[in-house]
Amino acid sequence: MGDFTMPSLGADMESGKVTHWLVKPGDEVKRGDIVAVVQTEKSEIEVEIFENGTIDELVVPEGGRVPVGAVLAHITTHAPVKAPGARVSPPVPARETGPREGGRPSRQGREEPTVKPTSVHGALVESPLVRHLAERLGVDLGSLSGSGLGGCVTRADVERAASRSTKREARRERGGRPSSSPFARRLADELGVELARISGTGPAGSVIERDVRRAALAAQPEEHEVKVATAEDRQRAMQRAIGALMARSKREVPHYYLSATIDLSVAASWLEQSNLDRPVSDRLVMATLLFSATARAVKRVPEMNGFYVEGTFTPSEAVHLGVAISQRSGGLIAPAIHDADQLGLAELMARVKDLVIRARSGVLRSSEMSDSTITVTNLGDRGVESVFGVIYPPQVALVGFGRVREQPWAEGGVVSVRPCVVATLSGDHRVSDGMRGGRFLSEIERLLQEPEKL
Amino acid sequence: MTSDEARELMRSVLHPIAPEADLDEVAEGETIQEALDLDSIDFLQFVTGLAEATGLEMPERDYPQLSTVEGCVRYLTSPH
Repeated sequence: MGDFTMPSLGADMESGKVTHWLVKPGDEVKRGDIVAVVQTEKSEIEVEIFENGTIDELVVPEGGRVPVGAVLAHITTHAPVKAPGARVSPPVPARETGPREGGRPSRQGREEPTVKPTSVHGALVESPLVRHLAERLGVDLGSLSGSGLGGCVTRADVERAASRSTKREARRERGGRPSSSPFARRLADELGVELARISGTGPAGSVIERDVRRAALAAQPEEHEVKVATAEDRQRAMQRAIGALMARSKREVPHYYLSATIDLSVAASWLEQSNLDRPVSDRLVMATLLFSATARAVKRVPEMNGFYVEGTFTPSEAVHLGVAISQRSGGLIAPAIHDADQLGLAELMARVKDLVIRARSGVLRSSEMSDSTITVTNLGDRGVESVFGVIYPPQVALVGFGRVREQPWAEGGVVSVRPCVVATLSGDHRVSDGMRGGRFLSEIERLLQEPEKL
Repeated sequence: MTSDEARELMRSVLHPIAPEADLDEVAEGETIQEALDLDSIDFLQFVTGLAEATGLEMPERDYPQLSTVEGCVRYLTSPH
């Protein structure tokens, strides 16, 4: 028996509304299936499931709004029960991530990890290290869904699970009831919310004011539905959500900033030539080259790519490039292009176009909303010369590109006019420093001098 | 193609790219990209939409002709 919970579709998300169920009790589901559509402040997201099993019960009805982590449905999982280390078949298929059009390169072939993952309880475990850690922390690997390569359980997954169960443990020790502040108790009384049913987000899992308000809100989906109905309200809600996340980033992340002016004359003429041979639907824009160079460069500087969670940085093997996209209504969204470093330019371009359209029409997938390992923003198209962005927690770096414009360029004693772009890096000083940041920017620059290899 | 048809085509191509954009708001001589706040990918999508609907090749060197509403109408209505 497992629970399918409201996923966190970005660090700025507090709650979501189930707008559609795409499954019903009795339906068989498998990992990667889209089972529900959830509306956040930002947009509608198709939510994937990360287990194989049978849907038992839909807990939240369509139209219901619940906080992140709340149980949406009960599932009977099909994970076979065997001793750890036992051969389990069939292995969990690699997580389906991108759009399903044909023609994309096989992820399997390129990404075969050097250590072959072993199956434990149906979950893929990447390394013995992770298994040992799980043992030490008393985490049941079978209960985890991995966030690593091909669904592998990573160190971060284990640590997250361990810290979750510590919080639950602390709560249970106090007599099965979550601890709560007197104010929270009074508020719960006033709002008619049952305290014992609330999961707390305060210290050691205690229930605090915010949790009570959230639960009260969840209990009245209809009323809230009316509240978010107007586009203006939604936009305000989104602005608030972004504001809260950015405030947190500025509070917690010690940013450092670097910039470099990059000569794009080689890239620009290559692009022009290359577009001559391409039908209009396959043409590239400079932004694609910039994104590709960023995704490839970050492979060389791994401390820019990954998540900083609870005092520990976990670098990511895969590069899931978050691309900041204007939603035109005033909002901003940064969904991920999965494995951007593995894609050719044409494929990358197709994915960017697909993402832009879906971000605007409001249909993105849950994995796209929560997976980005680094973000890139291309404000240059809006005319700005350079952009120093705010890092999206729990990521640790953000790359910004300004406008491509012609400027005088002195080299070898000669001044000429060349198209240039200012590339910037906002880095997290807890994880990297200006030296490494500089290395990252110069790697981007180097790659842009050989556009034919991107 | 008449100029009304050309405008209608532009409108329908533009819709999924910029749902709230109104072609009538673009002043004469103003570039579509700036007036409607389209980035380079949006503009390429726009050109792609026009090319696919008309079967024209629309090479990059023609983009300047497509930058304004009048330019687009002229391009779409003239024989190729």
